[in-house]
Amino acid sequence: MKNVQKSKRANKSLPFFFKDEFKVSFVIIFVSIILLITTFTFDVVPPILNRGIQPATFPKALLTLIIVMTLLIYYLATKNPWKVQKKLPKSFILTLSSFVIFLIISKTLDFFLAISALSIFVSYCWGEKRIFYLLLVGIIFPVIVFIFFETILGLRFPPGIITNIYYS
Amino acid sequence: MDNLLLMMAPLFSSKLLLVLFFGTLFGLILGVLPGLGPTTGGALILPFTMTLDPLSAIVLLTSIYCAGTYGGAITAVLINTPGTPAAAATCLDGYPLAQKGEAGRALGMATVSSTVGGIFSVIILVFFAPILAQLAYEFGQPEYFALAIFGLTMLASIGEGSPIKNLIAGAFGILISTVGKDFMTSIDRFTFGINELTEGIGFIPVVVGLFAMSEMLTQSTLINQVFNRIALKAIKLPSKDDYKKTWKTILRSSGIGSFIGVLPAEGGTVASLIGYSEAKRFSKKPEEFGKGSIEGIAGAEAANNAATGGAMVPTLALGIPGSATTAVILTGLIIHGVRPGPDLFREQPDFLYGIFGAMLIANILFFIFGFFGAKIFARITLVPNKILWPMIFAVSVCGTYSLNQSIIDVWIMLFFGVLGFFMRRYGFSVVPVIIGLILGELVEGTLRQSLVIFDGNWLMFFTRPIALTFFILSLIALAFPLIRSKKINKKL
Repeated sequence: MKNVQKSKRANKSLPFFFKDEFKVSFVIIFVSIILLITTFTFDVVPPILNRGIQPATFPKALLTLIIVMTLLIYYLATKNPWKVQKKLPKSFILTLSSFVIFLIISKTLDFFLAISALSIFVSYCWGEKRIFYLLLVGIIFPVIVFIFFETILGLRFPPGIITNIYYS
Repeated sequence: MDNLLLMMAPLFSSKLLLVLFFGTLFGLILGVLPGLGPTTGGALILPFTMTLDPLSAIVLLTSIYCAGTYGGAITAVLINTPGTPAAAATCLDGYPLAQKGEAGRALGMATVSSTVGGIFSVIILVFFAPILAQLAYEFGQPEYFALAIFGLTMLASIGEGSPIKNLIAGAFGILISTVGKDFMTSIDRFTFGINELTEGIGFIPVVVGLFAMSEMLTQSTLINQVFNRIALKAIKLPSKDDYKKTWKTILRSSGIGSFIGVLPAEGGTVASLIGYSEAKRFSKKPEEFGKGSIEGIAGAEAANNAATGGAMVPTLALGIPGSATTAVILTGLIIHGVRPGPDLFREQPDFLYGIFGAMLIANILFFIFGFFGAKIFARITLVPNKILWPMIFAVSVCGTYSLNQSIIDVWIMLFFGVLGFFMRRYGFSVVPVIIGLILGELVEGTLRQSLVIFDGNWLMFFTRPIALTFFILSLIALAFPLIRSKKINKKL
């Protein structure tokens, strides 16, 4: 309880644009406005085909609702500030980066290689240094998963340097 | 009598029994592992259900649901970390009792009360789902629209966290459902020129992203956390004295859990908290709560398992999910070409009663597995996160890819993983997003069709008694948190 009060006090002393409630509200409203603008580019249906409302009307109403409610939570947060969140650790940044690495490798090199690389990278960053376990999560297990999905579901994975060797 | 025989059908099918056996076992493992749970597990197993017939597929998903909800209690008692969110209240008394050297007694009570709660809720399901389905015959498009709105407001109102944040998350979920070709006019919406998006955003990438991937990111912030695991010698059935102390609590919590489950909200999580607090309110020794009260464990566990059957009532009768896991089950039904609703009760009673029977058997099975295998399941918690989560990643990626064989789905999953992490960090529950996504088409479709019926006159909604009732209930649901917070402020 004391910690929550302390973190709330700490939050009060920050300039408004550094506060989580401002940053979160800003992001939601910014994205919503962009999407709202996008709705104006949707095709308009001629009255004879139109059933009830235009296709853009419903998303417009939803986005307006989201913006209004976000303003409301920001207003309420000025009275009752959110508690300050702890700084994200290095392990989080590394895990998040591994998602980006996965995207790049899966797009450019190979889907299987991407899974394997991410598994080894994440396991290592989270503290696993034993080679056998790194091989287990990075190679043995993905191979089992691949074969399982391929045989049970008849799945064909996207082409890539390793997958092509397997399929050929 | 015929229905009772239909319920027993799974017992006479070796295939269904095998599915039930594996579903219950898998559900227990998922429940035991913190961060996973029946919702994520159900979403991951969904692609595999394509190889099964519809009944076996849904039996698999429901048995995971029942067993996974119970499995969370094992971790709650032994390492003070709820295996599933629904077991959070079990930690309050389960762990202190385990610290006193009575882990076996705590788990015994959790197992018995979960089984009683689960069976009680299946009975509720058998009786109330057909009645609700019968009532649903009176529903037209405006009534379904009002009902979906009521569902979303209930979710915002009694769900975890801030009601406004829950509403934003629910509206966001509905917004995701609008991506792709408009189902009435075939006009592209939010596709940004990406062909794969014209089919819309799939349910599985969103669920796996919001639950599994966001949890992986959460676990990455907790890698230095050390769990104090209490050793379990053997699970003990409750003594006569314990039964005397708790039978009223178990029955009360079973009723509460079933009722909360029927409401389109967060199912087991809310049910266990209310079940726990009511157990404390009615207890002769409320001062023991939080210090290892056996009634506290019974109250929380009976309620969360009772919510499973309750949550299936609106899912099967109306096609409106009662919890995040039933949203996955609903997706399973749709994927297998089964449309939930009143017609299902009329046209496929054997299918429905097969599900009811399977849920009943799953509750008995997890009792047996829990009683004889809790010690083994407890050992699963020893699998280190640095091994477990990369493996879950591999299954998540392949599972997500497998449904449409689309790499875009994998990217969507990762995007929702990151989004889900930040949503949870800033107090936005991810459950309303899932419910919003699954109800989105219903909300928009019924709204537009209603407006066609009403010739564009919005006010006509209020001339329909059932729709008006749901709108009034929605307003009450929205006002409820305000009244509750004012009452708490007054007390303080």
